[in-house]
Amino acid sequence: MRAVSIIGVGCTRFGERWDSSLRDLVVETGIAAIEDAGVTGETIDALYVGNMSGGRFVEQEHIGALIADYAGLSSLHIPSTRVEAACASGGLALREAFLAVASGYADIVIAAGVEKMTDVSSGVAADALAAAADREWECFFGATFPALYAMIARLHMRKYGTTREQLAQVAVKNHHHGHMNPIAQYHTEISVEDVMNSPLVADPLRVLDCSPITDGAAAVVLAPSEIASRYSDTPIRILASAQASDSLALHDRRDITTLDSTVHAAKRAFSQARLTPEEIDVAEVHDCFTIGEILAIEDLGFFPKGEGGIATEEGRTSIGGDVAVNTSGGLKACGHPVGATGIKQACEIVLQLRGEAGKRQVDEAEIGLTHNVGGSGGTALVHILSR
Amino acid sequence: MIGTHCKSCGEYYFPPRTLCPNCRRTGQMEEHKFRGTGTVITYTTIYSATEDFERLTPYNLAIIQLDEGPKLTGQVVCSPENMKIGMRVRPVFRILGKEGERGIIYYGTKFAPAEDAP
Repeated sequence: MRAVSIIGVGCTRFGERWDSSLRDLVVETGIAAIEDAGVTGETIDALYVGNMSGGRFVEQEHIGALIADYAGLSSLHIPSTRVEAACASGGLALREAFLAVASGYADIVIAAGVEKMTDVSSGVAADALAAAADREWECFFGATFPALYAMIARLHMRKYGTTREQLAQVAVKNHHHGHMNPIAQYHTEISVEDVMNSPLVADPLRVLDCSPITDGAAAVVLAPSEIASRYSDTPIRILASAQASDSLALHDRRDITTLDSTVHAAKRAFSQARLTPEEIDVAEVHDCFTIGEILAIEDLGFFPKGEGGIATEEGRTSIGGDVAVNTSGGLKACGHPVGATGIKQACEIVLQLRGEAGKRQVDEAEIGLTHNVGGSGGTALVHILSR
Repeated sequence: MIGTHCKSCGEYYFPPRTLCPNCRRTGQMEEHKFRGTGTVITYTTIYSATEDFERLTPYNLAIIQLDEGPKLTGQVVCSPENMKIGMRVRPVFRILGKEGERGIIYYGTKFAPAEDAP
């Protein structure tokens, strides 16, 4: 296995991009990443793209060939592969690209992610997203994604005393971080009261506990570390790439309040990187709902099980705390174009480790982590990056 | 409510599985009819649903542990304020959905409170 580095990143502005199609978004982000890396089309060996549901959102499948085509690479005939793991599709694209370079099979590889979600009504979008759950045994009976996470939240509150206010504080923090991120969907700060007074979606979760429907794309360029300095003055090493799975349906889990896929992916990643959770300076975690961030910071090992709520309340996950979590604004405030999220997380960590994160820069950030979840925890990916 | 039972390890499965996750190829699966009574592990009340379920809102959804052991997801028909973790439930046969005004009607199991269920 060869060491692998990220030599370029690009990310579109996230939000309702009514002026841009799926292919426009990919071209915008691809050009940004390639320019950042200083590579030419001819040097690209392969392309991976994470996309959850082009078929449902814009009635377009075969996204691999589409993006190679619109990136102007069709005449080079490079392999272009679309990968899917629901909301973890982007993280999975990063891992596939990593494996291609680490194995020695390819040198310069692009990992991208894209989702165009606002072309359909919110009901159709909710149904498309629900396809990441167990269609026959969860959705058929009326389950929605907020409902699954609401059931996790209620049990977490019962078992560990996590409070409704602590859940709200995740959203408040991520909006505070997001308002310093130029690409974020929301630049508004919110209060605990705003969250508590927002309409119920699935009790106890309210509208401001939920990540939004978002259009966006992101891309990173990978190279073997031994040649990375040819392209970048600040290549960022990928110290670990780990993936784990679990039962598709939430009800089949060993423990409803723990994402075992996160636990196992994190264990494998920390073992590969020979690091401990205490050594992470900055992390992008999967806060599709506020309870998702509480689970993540516990299951990744940043805080003991059951203490994620109190850690959030005490500001230990804010910029300046023990570990700065979701400096981009997370899925909550930066937005959640599902296929792009895992790649956007890597882009944010790269900016932090290069010292290019502007107003939201974490002082002397050296080691960062990304955590991307598919569905209610059927898939989890963890990557650890280092300056 | 028909699921499966593995004669090798004794585990019960609902929904039914053809392969026992404990024993895999050495498992011996047989059909098992569940009593359908169980206990609510956790629940939510849904106020915003997909288009197919919007007419039902608000409705309760729960993870229920059947008395034989397996857990499943299902609706509980009662007012939201009567829902609580640990409540006993029994199965009821209900319409789950339909494909438009003139389309196929889907029937299946929902649950109702049953504090008297043994």
